[in-house]
Amino acid sequence: MALQLSNKQVGWVKVAVFVLALLPFALLVWGTATGAFTDPLAEITGTSGEWALYFLCITLAVTPLRRLSGWNWLVKLRRMVGLFTFFYAFVHFVAFLWFDHFFDVAAMLADVVKRPFILVGFIAFVLLIPLAATSTNAMIKRLGGKRWQWLHRLIYAIGPLAILHYWWMKEGKSDFAQPILFGAIVAALLALRVFWHFRRKPQAVRA
Amino acid sequence: MLFKRNPNGIDLPFSSEITPQSVYEGRRQFITRMAATAAVGSGVWEMANREAFAQSAGQKLAARPNVALSTDEKQTPFKDAAGYNNFYEFGLDKGDPAENAHTLVTRPWTVRIEGEVKKPLTLDIDGLLKLAPLEERIYRLRCVEGWSMVIPWVGYSLSNLLKQVEPTGNAKFVEFTTLADRKQMPGLRSGVLDWPYVEGLRIDEAMHPLTLLTMGMYGQVLPNQNGAPVRLIVPWKYGFKSAKSIVRIRLVSRQPRTAWNDSAPREYGFYSNVNPNVDHPRWSQASERRIGETGLFQPKKKTLMFNGYDQVASLYTGMDLKRYY
Repeated sequence: MALQLSNKQVGWVKVAVFVLALLPFALLVWGTATGAFTDPLAEITGTSGEWALYFLCITLAVTPLRRLSGWNWLVKLRRMVGLFTFFYAFVHFVAFLWFDHFFDVAAMLADVVKRPFILVGFIAFVLLIPLAATSTNAMIKRLGGKRWQWLHRLIYAIGPLAILHYWWMKEGKSDFAQPILFGAIVAALLALRVFWHFRRKPQAVRA
Repeated sequence: MLFKRNPNGIDLPFSSEITPQSVYEGRRQFITRMAATAAVGSGVWEMANREAFAQSAGQKLAARPNVALSTDEKQTPFKDAAGYNNFYEFGLDKGDPAENAHTLVTRPWTVRIEGEVKKPLTLDIDGLLKLAPLEERIYRLRCVEGWSMVIPWVGYSLSNLLKQVEPTGNAKFVEFTTLADRKQMPGLRSGVLDWPYVEGLRIDEAMHPLTLLTMGMYGQVLPNQNGAPVRLIVPWKYGFKSAKSIVRIRLVSRQPRTAWNDSAPREYGFYSNVNPNVDHPRWSQASERRIGETGLFQPKKKTLMFNGYDQVASLYTGMDLKRYY
């Protein structure tokens, strides 16, 4: 039986998710301010990157979860978790620009072009920008639902790019447990969409 | 439990059956850990834990300061040097060694020195401590990952030991092997490296006075997580070249295989001299984060060629250090 929530209840769920989603960031701020991290720059860079990836997976999971569970209200959380993906990716990028290059944009870009590992992560971040920028209702209206949806399929490129970035990051230590896990999650979430897409087609013809 | 009747008529357990301190401490620690994890979340726990372990006091180790070979830079706090470690035999996270290395048994401990030598030798830790006068040397330590520390080590030049065994003319390299015991080292279950951890130096690098056979730091016996009871410190090379918890030193005629070079040859060369001009494939080595100093609001420190130890430059005359990274 599908769990249905009233608008008011969804509002509370949204508040709870928002607060929970900010916790990792709050811990970073707290840890840095109190000197709890031995290597704060590495801690901020690593943690923000990991959370960007977690939220990417959560965002991609919303639609399949909704379809499988029938909890239609889940879609109302999608924009927020999507924006948190962008938020943590942004913190991760700023950490790179700030700590590695002390805001020297030319040096940062030279680094991006030089290292495939960074280039891949950078492209994934850049592709997230139009998605975050067109996340408002006004932008959806301006673009029109169909075009908006096409644009937001960029996430299907962003997912694999993020996984590749993570994979290369762990390659030096042959520590692939996490990249394999998250690679499998992203692959399964994308495969479900492909599956549903092709299953729907014949039905549409019959109709 | 078995009991033996003692002549006084009192039942005593065999001493071998008394729970060793490390075990019951480990158990207590496990229970506290579970409680704390539930209460505050693992991130905060790890941080608190790291400090608690790092601050446990060690046995004093007296040494004469070697001012000539020491830097006067600000020393890294002991809690950071003993709480933020790469010692994969005890786990991959920086806090893991401080948390897990209590299982390492550092006494009795012997080191075998063999290979291309006239007088192979097996020394226990007391023999090693007495072999030459202990010196305190404050060295910079640069990790290949881009961070650095300043640590007062206690030990003496490795050359003191190598001279004792009389290397033959064939001894061109020295290979250092770290203990690999699954019972003591939980990290060996991970396949990150091909255990045991092996590192190597060219014989002239090994004989260089800066190369320190190290038994202590901060005036104490080495904490387990820092490579107790005996490790190497080669201050002009990235930290991973300095093998920890050494059980064997072998003089050989050919360049030995080394653990990190085997694992990722493009990233970790045999020489691995600190070199700001040779990037790691994934990051620049031109600058470093000095632990306890580099914060958010100033640029990172510039990394110096040979980590600032210019006196070793002559070892590499005519060598292309971009090729032999």
